[in-house]
Amino acid sequence: MNPEPKSADATVPSPIVSIANVSKTYTNGYQALKNVSLDIQRGEILALLGPNGAGKTTLISTICGIVNASTGSITVGGYDIEADYRITRRMIGLVPQELTLGAFEKVWHTLCFSRGLFGKVPDPGYLEKVLKDLSLWEKKNSILMSLSGGMKRRVLIAKALAHQPSVLFLDEPTAGVDVELRKDMWALVQRLRESGVTIILTTHYIEEAEAIADRVGIINHGELLLVDDKQALMRKLGKRQFIVELEKPITVLPVSLLMLKLDLSLDGCRMTYTYDPHHTDNGINSLLQAINESGLVIKDVHTTKTSLEEIFVGLVKNKTTQTRP
Amino acid sequence: MNTYAIRVIYKYEMLRAFETIAQSFASPVLSTALYFVVFGSAIGGRIQTVEGVPYGAFIVPGLMMLAILTQSIANASFGIYFPKFTGTIYEVLSAPISFIEILIGYVGAAATKSFIIGLIILGTAGFFVPLHIAHPFWMLAFLILTCISFSLFGFIIGLWATNFEKLQLIPMLVITPLVFLGGSFYSVSMLPPAWQTVTLFNPVVYLISGFRWSFFEVADVSVGLSLFMVLIFLAICLLIVWWIFRTGYRLKQ
Repeated sequence: MNPEPKSADATVPSPIVSIANVSKTYTNGYQALKNVSLDIQRGEILALLGPNGAGKTTLISTICGIVNASTGSITVGGYDIEADYRITRRMIGLVPQELTLGAFEKVWHTLCFSRGLFGKVPDPGYLEKVLKDLSLWEKKNSILMSLSGGMKRRVLIAKALAHQPSVLFLDEPTAGVDVELRKDMWALVQRLRESGVTIILTTHYIEEAEAIADRVGIINHGELLLVDDKQALMRKLGKRQFIVELEKPITVLPVSLLMLKLDLSLDGCRMTYTYDPHHTDNGINSLLQAINESGLVIKDVHTTKTSLEEIFVGLVKNKTTQTRP
Repeated sequence: MNTYAIRVIYKYEMLRAFETIAQSFASPVLSTALYFVVFGSAIGGRIQTVEGVPYGAFIVPGLMMLAILTQSIANASFGIYFPKFTGTIYEVLSAPISFIEILIGYVGAAATKSFIIGLIILGTAGFFVPLHIAHPFWMLAFLILTCISFSLFGFIIGLWATNFEKLQLIPMLVITPLVFLGGSFYSVSMLPPAWQTVTLFNPVVYLISGFRWSFFEVADVSVGLSLFMVLIFLAICLLIVWWIFRTGYRLKQ
């Protein structure tokens, strides 16, 4: 049986993973994590977004015990990852970024190895279910090196699930996989969450975070820039755009529209108006009136909302500008 | 104690040896047979006895040691280096296992393989020369202790190595010469006095001497000293492995 997470007060939900002031400086002097603090709630899907080298992998490697933190403390299920490493590691499953698998073993053997390594009694029935859920059952006697990249990725997930973890770390699970497999992975992540597994995934695919995460953490240069509910983040930082397609192209904006801060496309056929949807007067009525008065003929209108990607780029850019001397 | 983890590591290491049975077991037997042909038959025809023991039989403990030392190091170093090389070591490092359990799994399997090879070589030698083991208990004790301590040494090399060249470096450039110059094929007393003194700085001399004593009651140094040296070597290796796991040297960043 997996150990029960500690809870000081049953009425207050305690985080399943709690990271407090964790920093990591490698021996070559590179500081990969800078005073990171983060609480991850039971049963949620948290996406850690960040560019390459941001510190995502270092953070999850530290929680899993592969990298030693320089300072700070981490608890999993209320247990310290160093003092109670046997308990915390049994709760954790890790799917690494690279396709790190042996070459000559069979799928079934490597799963049995993973389960045993985490001190679990052999349970062929459970492993069969895991393989079937991942569409790998037919490949159970295949040699690992004979599998495709997508299948290897699924074997890594199966290995991470072999000991029935309650917290699953997925380090860039869909890096380099095709669209179909990516969608399959997302469906799998949802199913795991429904079964009570807390999922922390790192990714630099914004659409991935947008599609499956409950909360999003943005990390860059070892700093956790923000963590927020995905919808709240988009509400807070997201902008909407009102796009007006013109019947005939124009070379310059009419004087009456200059005050409205419109962007005219290069071909002169489209005007874009950016507004805050939460503001009482979003200015769309005034814009339409001004266009009408200017004599321009509207062909079409539509709105778009800022994607998580744009929010992310904006945040990272702002931070870079702030830190630049 | 995470006995399941020890069991799976041990099982998978042993499985690897049996899947490559020709490389793991047949190759050392063939090499030993060739040594018997060259040293036992060709040279043994000219050297009748060494310290009252027929030359063919005299070299058996040395040949066993040569194979055991090289195989222990090769098996244990490869066993831990390969997961480092492929990256699969992440699984061991993130599992709820102590360093003692990792050691028992990897070193236990490497030592078992060497022990089996030692017994196979002993059996092979029986086809070439008549053998008599004066102290079977001590023979087994020296054999097991040597298998464990040199598997530990190999494990350290596997942890230390950052490429395949380094993995081969110490076994090829240090261990093999030390075994050849450690009295595998001759008695230290056959050397000039000055070289006898120099030879005593070779730790392998003590291993071979003690092991040979268990067969023929003939030794270059006292048996107690031999046993002491093996135990010291074992303790030093354990200390180094403990330090590596405590600091995460070349394992954790």
